[in-house]
Amino acid sequence: MPNVAIKATGLTKWFGEGEAKTTALRNVNLEAEFGEMVYIVGPSGSGKTTLLSVLSGILKPNTGSVSVEGVDIWSLDADQLADFRLNKIGFVFQDYHLFPRLNTAENVAIPLILRKKDWDKSIHEAIGYLDIVGLKGRADLPPVKLSGGEQQRVAIARAMAGQPDILIMDEPTASLDGDTGQAILKFVHENILNKNRCIVVVTHDSRIYEYASRILTMEDGRLTGTENIAA
Amino acid sequence: MKGILKLAYKLLVNDKAKFSALLVGITFAVFLMMFVTSMFIGVLNHASATVINIGATVWVMDPAVQTIANSIGMPDYVLDAVRSMQGVKYAVPLYSGGALVKLPDGTYQSVTVLGLDNTSLFGRPELIEGKIEDIYGENAFVVVRDAEFSKLENPHIGSDLELNDHRGVIVGIAKVSTSGLFGLPTLYTTYERAIQYIPNPRYTITYVLVEPKSSSDIRKIKQQVEALGYRALTKQEFMQRTSDFYKYQTGVGTNILIMTVISFVVGLSISGQTFYTFILENLERFGALKAIGTKSGVLVGMILFQATFTALTGFGLGVGLCTLLIWLARLRLPSYAAMVTYSNLALAFAMVLTITAVSSYVGVRRVLRIEPFDIFRG
Repeated sequence: MPNVAIKATGLTKWFGEGEAKTTALRNVNLEAEFGEMVYIVGPSGSGKTTLLSVLSGILKPNTGSVSVEGVDIWSLDADQLADFRLNKIGFVFQDYHLFPRLNTAENVAIPLILRKKDWDKSIHEAIGYLDIVGLKGRADLPPVKLSGGEQQRVAIARAMAGQPDILIMDEPTASLDGDTGQAILKFVHENILNKNRCIVVVTHDSRIYEYASRILTMEDGRLTGTENIAA
Repeated sequence: MKGILKLAYKLLVNDKAKFSALLVGITFAVFLMMFVTSMFIGVLNHASATVINIGATVWVMDPAVQTIANSIGMPDYVLDAVRSMQGVKYAVPLYSGGALVKLPDGTYQSVTVLGLDNTSLFGRPELIEGKIEDIYGENAFVVVRDAEFSKLENPHIGSDLELNDHRGVIVGIAKVSTSGLFGLPTLYTTYERAIQYIPNPRYTITYVLVEPKSSSDIRKIKQQVEALGYRALTKQEFMQRTSDFYKYQTGVGTNILIMTVISFVVGLSISGQTFYTFILENLERFGALKAIGTKSGVLVGMILFQATFTALTGFGLGVGLCTLLIWLARLRLPSYAAMVTYSNLALAFAMVLTITAVSSYVGVRRVLRIEPFDIFRG
């Protein structure tokens, strides 16, 4: 496996046309390696989420390219890109986006089911991932019965169920109190991050910076600074 | 794929309120449509009761006849002419008319009287009491035991009745497969007695019942009858003609059409709206699924499965409810005019498929338009 997990070159993204045109990314170049937990930080509207979407194959840039594990993801067609995301990338959303009508185990099993794995086997594996995040005992409960921190851990378990090489976390602590947020990121840093995995986190929560390998600062659509954090 | 469909199924049925609302909408629409069309088909079937019960292959009649009920007499030579036509195995006269029966309590009851050919008794009903040869006895009549039987004060063999100032005697009690539409008791007697008891215009043969030598002769017989200035219809054609009369010339067909359209619109509105709300409420999650890596085709498949599953369940419940209600009604009214046929089942099914297609289309459009990026943006 090459050590560079993500390589973005000359990324530009704008929305709207004419007077309504807003530029979200301006010539962004970025590299993230396996074994790294890269934070993208910056004020609201600086383009963090846009960058995360472009890197994960969700939003197509106007110019530039993104290579994930050596694959130019924006040269893939829609179905190939969907398959690529399903097999290579795990997502943890700010609002978790768990299905309230499914129980916790079923929520975690979704990436496995989408890979056409047998239902019962998927649920069995999902319970294993719930065990990793310490929620095995909550497998039968619907997400609404869980606390915010627990829901975020379920979202992490769901992202992990696909055994992705790249984990994308969008504001993972935004809906959590400080202690819970710290505990979650500590857990991710200690249990999820490994030398074969790259984690990209968008956040503006400075309390979790200690778990980053590298912090990239964004302002007005540009990467303006890099700070390496000692392991 | 099975796992994905199970996921779609759980997302649907675990939302009990929405799923119930969807089912109620479709069930109600199917029930309404099935019930209305069943009643219509039942009415049409009862309108052709005599045609069904007599069972002749070909009916010769005056061209102006619209239904079995508005019979027009034909001169006797028509019977002779038909008997001499090529392809005719045999032909017999039938009298069909109405009379007033004076009941023992002094009240009057209208009845339908069918006069069967004296020699063959072609078209005779199945007797459940008495012997058919007794119909040749003096003043003899056979009464049909159906829902209208009690209107003659439940006569039995030997009961007297007064019919147009003539004495009549019940010599048999019969059953028939289909009761008449107009709620009148039916009496069978011989052709001769019928025209003797009931005041008639100059011509007395209402229909000539024809048995062709073979089915290929029917066309030839029809041409010959037409050349004679009359009309020959097969049993099915006569039933269709009766049915067309009620459908197109009485307003019943239009009313049924309106009711069917209303039930369709009600079903479409409730189901379409509820399904759309269901999709809207889950839109972010569908977006999340898209972000995770679900292909658009898979999402479309999930939505189609949800819509189809709901539609088929609602269809089953609607048909079941309609059948149950007809069954309950028949406990009270044995000749209740409602029939579930393959035609109205097919019509209801087509309607449900349309509701499913429209609801799914709206949902699919919405889901396909959601951008996973919107999920990141919140």
